[in-house]
Amino acid sequence: MSLLETSGLAAFYGDFQALYGVDLHIEEGEAVAIIGANGAGKSTLLRAIAGQLRAPAEHVRFAGMPIGSLAPSRIVRLGVALVPEGRRLFSSLTVEENLQLGGQCGRRGPWTLDRIYRLFPMLAGRRRRPSTALSGGEQQMVAIGRALMANPRLLLCDEISLGLAPIVIRDIYAALPGIRAEGTTVLIVEQDTSRALGMADRVYCLQEGRVTLEGAPAELSRERIRLAYFGV
Amino acid sequence: MAAAWRIERSTAASRAALFAVALAFAALLALPARGDSGDLRLAVEICYSLALAQAWNLLAGYTGLVSVGQQAYVGLGGYAFFALTVLAGMPPLPSLALAGLVAAALALPTAFVVFRLHGAYFAIGTWVVAEVFRLLLAQMRPLGGGTGMSLPVAVVRDLAQSRGARDLITYYLGLGLGLGTVLLVFFWLRSRQGLALTAIRDSETAAASVGIDNRRTKFAVYAIAAGIAGLTGALAFLEKLRISPDAAFSVGDWTANVIFIVVIGGIGSIEGPILGTIVFFALRALLADYGAWYLITLGALAVAVMLLAPQGLWGVVARPLGLQFFPVQRRLRPLNSPQTAPEAASPGRGD
Amino acid sequence: MAWTNIILQGALLGGLYALFAAGLSLMFGVMRLVNIAHGDLIVLAAYCALMVVQATGVHPLLSLVAVVPLMFALGYALQRGLLNFTLGHEILPPLLVTFGLSVIIQNALLEGFSADSRRLQAGALETASLRLGDQLAIGWLPAIVFLAAAVIIALLEVLLYRTPLGRAFRATSDDADTAQLYGVGIRHVFALATALALAVASVAGVLLAIRTNFDPSIGPARLLYAFEAVIIGGLGSLWGTLAGGVILGVAQSVGGALDPGWDILAGHLAFLLVLVIRPRGLFPKLVD
Repeated sequence: MSLLETSGLAAFYGDFQALYGVDLHIEEGEAVAIIGANGAGKSTLLRAIAGQLRAPAEHVRFAGMPIGSLAPSRIVRLGVALVPEGRRLFSSLTVEENLQLGGQCGRRGPWTLDRIYRLFPMLAGRRRRPSTALSGGEQQMVAIGRALMANPRLLLCDEISLGLAPIVIRDIYAALPGIRAEGTTVLIVEQDTSRALGMADRVYCLQEGRVTLEGAPAELSRERIRLAYFGV
Repeated sequence: MAAAWRIERSTAASRAALFAVALAFAALLALPARGDSGDLRLAVEICYSLALAQAWNLLAGYTGLVSVGQQAYVGLGGYAFFALTVLAGMPPLPSLALAGLVAAALALPTAFVVFRLHGAYFAIGTWVVAEVFRLLLAQMRPLGGGTGMSLPVAVVRDLAQSRGARDLITYYLGLGLGLGTVLLVFFWLRSRQGLALTAIRDSETAAASVGIDNRRTKFAVYAIAAGIAGLTGALAFLEKLRISPDAAFSVGDWTANVIFIVVIGGIGSIEGPILGTIVFFALRALLADYGAWYLITLGALAVAVMLLAPQGLWGVVARPLGLQFFPVQRRLRPLNSPQTAPEAASPGRGD
Repeated sequence: MAWTNIILQGALLGGLYALFAAGLSLMFGVMRLVNIAHGDLIVLAAYCALMVVQATGVHPLLSLVAVVPLMFALGYALQRGLLNFTLGHEILPPLLVTFGLSVIIQNALLEGFSADSRRLQAGALETASLRLGDQLAIGWLPAIVFLAAAVIIALLEVLLYRTPLGRAFRATSDDADTAQLYGVGIRHVFALATALALAVASVAGVLLAIRTNFDPSIGPARLLYAFEAVIIGGLGSLWGTLAGGVILGVAQSVGGALDPGWDILAGHLAFLLVLVIRPRGLFPKLVD
């Protein structure tokens, strides 16, 4: 049984259909990347898995359980946590309060405040600062830490490199092995194809709301990826 | 395909409505010949309730100014009328018109203050302002202070000698106010400013970005609504022959009921307040003997409508049928195939 | 000395206004809901206390043991059963639904209790006072009311800034969609906010009913005082709300000393003055 499985997943914003029958599966312990151009439906897919967009229950299964129609606050308790696009920290909470809020769903596991500060040492000195006073990279670390505090079995990361300097991106990606070492499965949406291919066991490519390519990075030629990415 | 288009501003229903309105108007003009004094008084009340409802709808439904303080201008209009006739000795009819102007004029400095608040805070702010006016007038001894005053017989006689003639005059004034307000709102919404209003209603920032001067439009609408409320106050207290701060600035009589009329009838349309007025007075006649239960029912009905059918009863009736008696939007129709007409400016709310 | 006394009495009265305002402020802070029925709910709590006192004969302050949990439960039910359905991007539904609620509560109280003026009798507490000087005396009751306001506001501050629930309140206030991602059930959180607001309102209602006469029609005026205290103090700041209540109380007290008809008017004018000079209030924290 896959940890996560979507079958025929469709998603809508009002009348606009953003996903057309997406099938994917992720095994426990894997790191999977989703690539695709702007507007391909990558973020929508993560939002649908996390429950921010409702779908028929059977379209999304987590550890065998249909979760497509559950509220996000229920889904996180089952062990799926999303690092949302644009970080979306709580601006009136301090760094530490943001992390604590992530742990508020009550799941037990390896991730505690101490472990997060060990993973991202720069945050330890800023724990009492308002989250808005941090640099973009530090804010991204808080956002990842906040999701980890929910001790998820599956961590969903939406564009965690967006708007950050390459050196900062490297720091953030350097944390991923440590996260995986705890047994956490990771699903990442990434626009930077080479970065995605570098970290993932498997890659899905989305184009206009449909899966156009799937496979291990080593099996995929540049040409096939380009075709799947742009459709030309 | 280079189709030929025309802009359509009327519908079959609206042409039928125009005819029906003309018929109804003729019947109303002839009412004094059949009805007794009580009928006429009720008709006047219906007319000014309709006027207040249209004005509140213009404020809340089209401009996003949800005021809970329109009683301020009803009261000011009423008191201005008493002050002009009793203290200044002016004849009643010019005083009536002037009372409306006074209310509109006082609305401008008030708007300067309350426009600093937004949304729900604006609503309560307008209520505070109405209380300020009530308390100020309760301090004015020449106008009777807290107990109020009666309209002297001389002023009443000045309007007309016989009671029948006075009833007739107030009736036609009321009819003029009610109908005049409907037409004013209708033509205003069809004008350039009307388009601007609909734009503000749908999105303030978007409207500002296409060059609509929100502030001026809001001031204008607020002042016009105050003027209509002022005229209503002058007329209502001319008919009641007595004014007091509590009656003149009653939130229940002049604002709560009006809000219920608009919400139940349908906010954001001209037809809604008309339907709401009919429903309101029908309910009042039905439940007249039940005291507080009447208002409880009315409140519960308004809550239910707001939650279950935010478009109001008019929305429930008209939307599925595509009915529109007062078309304020422009529809773009291709000349050759009228079935596939896109709507150029839909008045749809909440999408 | 006379003026010191007048200002002192006004400041103590301000404690009551801060109690009126705290619940309003909490609900607005957490879910941007302005509850127009807030004043009527305060009056409803006063009537609940009246029923408890009449049925059991206990001291009015002791009736809080029953009234506070009752209003807490009512608040929870009201939010989950009704007000949650009004929340969205439009301002009209919450405004008009709570406005309708206000009319319903007023008239239901009128039907149940008539328009007669009532009062909760608190015995010796009503008249006992502490003399501080020749013309300066503090009534025990106004002092207790002010103290209750300060303690309740301090407790609310602790709740907001030191507890997981307070964290959830603030996170929901910042970004409800994202809060849900981390297990915050916002419908439940909203309901708890309203429940707390009404619990505080019920303390305000009982203290009001001991201090002055009440009848079913006085709710809207309490809403206006609460609202003015919030705006004078600045949105989102509970200590600011206490300061706002004090300013309002002092303005009323001074106005009333100048001319008995001017007390409430002076309070409203002080509010409008603040609005013109500092539209965001004296100690703002939130942007609305």
